[in-house]
Amino acid sequence: MALLQIAEPGQSVAPHERKLAVGIDLGTTNSLAATVRSGEAQTLADVHGEHLLPSVAYYAEDGSVEIGDAAMRHAAEDPYNTIISVKRLMGRGVEDVLSFGDELPYRFAPGEGGMPYIETQAGPRSPVQVSADILRALRVRAEQSLDGELTGAVITVPAYFDDAQRQATKDAARLAGLHVLRLLNEPTAAAVAYGLDQGEEGVIAIYDLGGGTFDISVLRLSRGVFEVLATGGDSALGGDDFDYALARWMLKESGIELEPNAQQARYLTTLARCVKEQLSAEPAVEVVLELDGQSRNLTISREQFDQVIEPLVKKTLRACRRALKDAGVGADEVREVVMVGGSTRVPLVRARVGELFGREPHIEIDPDRVVAIGAALQADVLAGNKPDSEMLLLDVIPLSLGLETMGGLVEKVIHRNTAIPVARGQEFTTYQDGQTAMAIHVVQGERELVADCRSLARFVLRGIPPMAAGAAKIRVTFQIDADGLLSVSAQELSTGIESSIQVKPSYGLTDNEIAGMLKDSFSHAEEDMAARALREQQVEAGRLVDALEAAMAQDGELLDEREAAELSAAIVELKEVATGTDAAAIEAGVQLLAKLSDEFAARRMDKGIQRALQGHRVDELGKELK
Amino acid sequence: MDMTRNYFELFDLEPGFEVDQALLSERYRALQKQWHPDRFAHLSERERRLAVQYTAHINEALATLKSPLRRAQYLLLLAGRDTHGESGAQLDPLFLMQQMELRERLADASEHVDPEAELDALREQADSGLRNLLDEFVSLFSKQDLDGAEKTVRKLQFVTKLQKEIELLEDRLLDD
Repeated sequence: MALLQIAEPGQSVAPHERKLAVGIDLGTTNSLAATVRSGEAQTLADVHGEHLLPSVAYYAEDGSVEIGDAAMRHAAEDPYNTIISVKRLMGRGVEDVLSFGDELPYRFAPGEGGMPYIETQAGPRSPVQVSADILRALRVRAEQSLDGELTGAVITVPAYFDDAQRQATKDAARLAGLHVLRLLNEPTAAAVAYGLDQGEEGVIAIYDLGGGTFDISVLRLSRGVFEVLATGGDSALGGDDFDYALARWMLKESGIELEPNAQQARYLTTLARCVKEQLSAEPAVEVVLELDGQSRNLTISREQFDQVIEPLVKKTLRACRRALKDAGVGADEVREVVMVGGSTRVPLVRARVGELFGREPHIEIDPDRVVAIGAALQADVLAGNKPDSEMLLLDVIPLSLGLETMGGLVEKVIHRNTAIPVARGQEFTTYQDGQTAMAIHVVQGERELVADCRSLARFVLRGIPPMAAGAAKIRVTFQIDADGLLSVSAQELSTGIESSIQVKPSYGLTDNEIAGMLKDSFSHAEEDMAARALREQQVEAGRLVDALEAAMAQDGELLDEREAAELSAAIVELKEVATGTDAAAIEAGVQLLAKLSDEFAARRMDKGIQRALQGHRVDELGKELK
Repeated sequence: MDMTRNYFELFDLEPGFEVDQALLSERYRALQKQWHPDRFAHLSERERRLAVQYTAHINEALATLKSPLRRAQYLLLLAGRDTHGESGAQLDPLFLMQQMELRERLADASEHVDPEAELDALREQADSGLRNLLDEFVSLFSKQDLDGAEKTVRKLQFVTKLQKEIELLEDRLLDD
């Protein structure tokens, strides 16, 4: 039970007050949206009754965009303008992307800050923009099928996504006009869908192998709390890699000697994917490979396919063992293993995972939909539709965060699998006499050398008073929010000089770029933006007023008469301002009222914690006696 | 929420080195249920910001009380001894010699005929060293021998670092 919630426990939100919120699984291969209707989470279909939206965008010459199946039809004949698997590019730099090799048949142009822009006939497109186009299609679908504007969305990301990839995803959602309630880790979402459904308690493992990413999460489920103990994975390993490996193998087997061009590569991987999918059901598949005017008959057995992908599957198992170790649980303590992601249909994957955990993995849930369902359940709670919900998701950061120190070494500040939100500081010092500035380089990864980790951000703390080497004390503080997003601040302790940044990934969009794109995406840019801003402020004002009124009704005794009168007057004033059309005035009013009620909020939080401790102590004792 | 209370008070636990981990875990979940930012997601920016601060504090408290080394350091901190920074404290030469020896073996481990067995042996030594040091800490701390307890914590830091390095090497061997 939260402190400032509007409804009392047990009281459900009246239907007309229900907020429309969705969960979106933005996948490498397919994306989909789900929502909770009449107490049940369900995925949303398009007008043709299709639930899965292929994560494909086609950019036509006239600048128009097609998404999904319509775009897919262009994939083979027009590979440069049909963007598939864009998730693999999110939060990556040009160099990373080029190192992926020939498998991505795009032409890249570097953008501001080294972000790769894909050249299309409609102009250059960043991965963030392409993802936004996919998200926008889902937003439109949801708004049509729910008949109303969305309050917000929970967007899922692979647990193993680093800060840059998360930030890129959040930017894409913003660009698509979605209010992000939370970024939620995919395996955690799956655990929610599965755990709530089964009423499971204890330790479970979620093995999530999608089109382009792999995650393993070990969670403890306890009375509505989903506590991630450890997570691991590879954000560049998935079913696509099975396809590429099989495509290379088939080309070699065929004896046709050529360096495939973009179109041929796309043809080969599409063919490989078909073969892979058929091999899930059949022991062998025959295909005709037609390339470069030549044609070959090939028979591929499941054993051959298994050999081709074995090294990739082994990689996932190593990540599983590491996650178990980090979680401090043995494979035998895991009560259930749940398989998520389309690539877990591959028999070898199921067999190997079963061997590792010593039990049959659960495959009866729909691996394509479970993530969106879990996200929808979380979105419903976060939007405030379920005030008495006990559900709580506690997550961790997947990769260690650190700073560059002398000699290109990494000093870790927050280790992987630390529970979030988290704030942690570390002190550093100057290494030269009279040094007045210090460069701060934030990196993410497990290796000791900066060069082997991902560079997240650089900034400089200036104005350090000249002192002898080692005399200045600089405290660098990392703060990670519930979305897993990082902000960093640095302070020289003797002078209090401070510098901080919200970490914008080295390969992300600048705020200006986002603002510009947002503007472009509205046809009547100015009016729409203004209308939107006004609506947002009105919503914010309404939210604050509602919360405060409910809080005063519940805990009015925490205020003396004068305070109560002051607050009531300010509430009346804000309500009045909010009926007007001046967004800036409403914003100012919201800030004023928020400030006025700060003390009240803090008192209520204090009261709440005492209540919580007392209340919980009783039922905990009861539980232990059992 | 009063963030000046110590971590033991926060979880309503008896201050001391022995901590009932199951109980800690229960109390942790109870606190998170109350303070997690998701509980305030549909409310204003202010509540969410406060909630992030509060839960970060709760998470830090949990991490501290969960790890034996950090718990020992925290107990000393509450007793007025900060062991996080550099120290001039002299450690006994025999201990340092042993540590050097173990480190040399670790450095050579990947060249060993059976690297895995060598790593297992090293880990065994590090683990038992850690257990002994923890016992030593408990006994010194209960006698309020803070100088002695502080030295033991310094030794614990050595051994913990060694354990981490063993793990890193294991990971790297696995990845090759």
